[in-house]
Amino acid sequence: MNGARTGTLASLRGSIARIEAPSEAAMPSRLALGHTSADAMLRGGLVPAALHEVFAAGHQGGAATGFIAGLAGRISARKPLVWVRQDFSDRENGALSMHGLAEFGLDPRLLVTVRAADVDSALRTAADALACDALGAVVLEIWGDARQLDLVASRKLTLAAQASGVTALLLRIAATPIPSTAETRWIVRAAHSPPGNAASAWGAPRFEAELVRNRHGPVGRWIMEWKCDECQFSEPSAYPQPVAAAPAHRPHQAQARAGHRLAS
Amino acid sequence: MAGLSPPLRGRVGERGTTNDGVSGLPLSLTLPRKGEGNPSADASLTNSKELPSVVVAKDHNAILLHAIDEAAVRAGLSIGLPLANARAICPELTVYDADPAADLKTLNDIADWCDRFTPLVALDPPYGLFLDITGCAHLFGGERALLQIVINALNRRGFAVSAAISGTSIAARTLTRHASGQVIADGAEAQAVGPLPVSALGADPAVTTGLRRAGLKTIGDVASRAPHEISARFGSAFTTLLGYALGQGDAPISPRKPLPDYIVEKRFPEPIATDTVIALTLSSLAKMLVAAMDKQGKGARQLEASFFRTDGAVRTIMVETGRPVTRPEMIDRLFRERLDALNDPLDPGFGFDLIRLAAGRTEIVVQQQRDLDTSVHDNDEISALIDRIAARIGGKRVVVHLPLESHIPERATLALPAQHHLAAASAAAWPDRVAGEPPLRPLRLFERPEPIKVPFASVPDGPPHQFTWRRALHAVARVEGPERIAMEWWKQDGAALTRDYFRVEDTEGQRFWIFRDGLYESELRDEQGRPLPANWYVHGLFA
Repeated sequence: MNGARTGTLASLRGSIARIEAPSEAAMPSRLALGHTSADAMLRGGLVPAALHEVFAAGHQGGAATGFIAGLAGRISARKPLVWVRQDFSDRENGALSMHGLAEFGLDPRLLVTVRAADVDSALRTAADALACDALGAVVLEIWGDARQLDLVASRKLTLAAQASGVTALLLRIAATPIPSTAETRWIVRAAHSPPGNAASAWGAPRFEAELVRNRHGPVGRWIMEWKCDECQFSEPSAYPQPVAAAPAHRPHQAQARAGHRLAS
Repeated sequence: MAGLSPPLRGRVGERGTTNDGVSGLPLSLTLPRKGEGNPSADASLTNSKELPSVVVAKDHNAILLHAIDEAAVRAGLSIGLPLANARAICPELTVYDADPAADLKTLNDIADWCDRFTPLVALDPPYGLFLDITGCAHLFGGERALLQIVINALNRRGFAVSAAISGTSIAARTLTRHASGQVIADGAEAQAVGPLPVSALGADPAVTTGLRRAGLKTIGDVASRAPHEISARFGSAFTTLLGYALGQGDAPISPRKPLPDYIVEKRFPEPIATDTVIALTLSSLAKMLVAAMDKQGKGARQLEASFFRTDGAVRTIMVETGRPVTRPEMIDRLFRERLDALNDPLDPGFGFDLIRLAAGRTEIVVQQQRDLDTSVHDNDEISALIDRIAARIGGKRVVVHLPLESHIPERATLALPAQHHLAAASAAAWPDRVAGEPPLRPLRLFERPEPIKVPFASVPDGPPHQFTWRRALHAVARVEGPERIAMEWWKQDGAALTRDYFRVEDTEGQRFWIFRDGLYESELRDEQGRPLPANWYVHGLFA
């Protein structure tokens, strides 16, 4: 491809992106996760009224459920939450335990769960729920690779989320990422408790969250801890500081990094 | 033609006078066993008109004739005759087995079809139906016309039917046994049933035989006796039945379905079959229904749409709502969702000739101020959403949760349909979490704990060092526990073993909730007192 065509393509892509992206002023404010460096990378936090995907690494359903419950808790604040899942996911990963969620920091009183028989009805239910602006967030949990969850389906979810201002969170377990219109995509696995002897109590829930896609910024990988009491993520408490010293003040480097899209 | 009935609360036995001065309520239908209309062999019997056909049933190890057709009657057969005798009389007999379940289903199907005439249809097994037509007859051009419509329509479908209208249900039923197509004026029951034989009453066979032996051949004969004489010999139940047949009081009928609060319907001279027309009809019916309910400040909690096909099949579709519905668009939308999601879609066949929309349960609508209090608006939106989802995938799949007082993890939560328990769930009191502590309960809980293989534990009561779950080996790095949960011995199934729960983290950082089923020493022993190996299970996953 010659240079002129590349340039034209790039400018066209730019103008499409401008048309598609809601103007900065109209964008609702981002919600900080609480983890400083992740928030910095996300330019302030997660964008509400968009689609965010969380993939469980391998079959680690527990950690991914915790991470997405954390995101839902951050985003929905005190508004009701609809959690849509497949029957099969219930059997494979266990049902949601309300006592567990309550201890995790989510209020079971604000939760309505929907069990859909198959992927199609789960998708449709989620799209329906996304149209209801009284909700804080909608979690859609799909087990395995689903043919129905293609680019068109994720575009529908994104549009529904944009129209109503409700955030769509997609939890995928035992699935491989495929192209989608998600704002961010995370791969989550469990992280170790801080070092200590085997009989000492474990700490707060801890995730190794890898941001593999970020539509409007760079990606990264962090160990995050969930503070059940404050209902927010944070840096892992008992880990020692990173071995390499943090840069004292290098603003140009951060800008340069932000300009690149390391992955899509 | 569209009929709109305000809440009708007709009772059986209530006299409704129609235009021509004739009053009469129950229309009784009987499908006689004599004749080709026996439901169980209906299709086959109509085909073979010449050769006699019979339906047989086994009774006390004897095969007896259960139902016979016209040709068999001509050949001299009668119901109750042993099959061997029947064959001797008439060798070229076609024999079918009786199928009571199919008979009952056919009767129910006919009752469904009869719903088009009145919402009060009662079964009178094994072969009869009662229709309470109070206030309905004028919609079909009077009682006599209604009777003709019913008889003709059923005859056309191959059922031999006899029907009668009278002031009381038992009198009507008695008449159908011997004289079809009669409309008896109010008060003329005694005169009408008088000449009929006593067998028409449908009393116990022993009573009928007894009456005949006593020389009382007709109902009139019996009625001419003093009631106490009859009671002394045949029991008071028979006297009551006789009284009903003579029009003195009436036995209540028990309709199959509760009477809806509001009904609107639309009849089509030309059957309709296209989705567009059906949708349009439903929305115009919704408007009519809402208008009717609105006058009394009601909203519907349960709605039922019935589609009457020209060939007699009836399909009823029900939706429920969490709050009273007062807007036609909502009703419209709920039914659209429901119709879209049907596993076996609405089959119009040759078309529907009647579509009916009924509000089965209604509630008084409490008007709330909507402008300033946004939470009212939000709650409305959420219950509307729940109704829509429930209409499509079923009310039991959309749930809210309530805490239960139980230590057993799988019994500590109650999942209830969100449509009906949204308010209760949002006011539920969940136990407070201990501040500063990591969660004690897992995020995901398996409905039935999954068995794991534990090779050994360092001490019998201790946690495992490694375990195999779903064919993967997990080496334990961290352990918390045990947390001992005893079963509820005061309950029926409380004899289960005590569980020792451990919260374990494997070397990859995954956290599990595992338990050992049973206590060493005390519970895990066989009859001889030898120790048994313990079973281990994974019950949940922590984040």
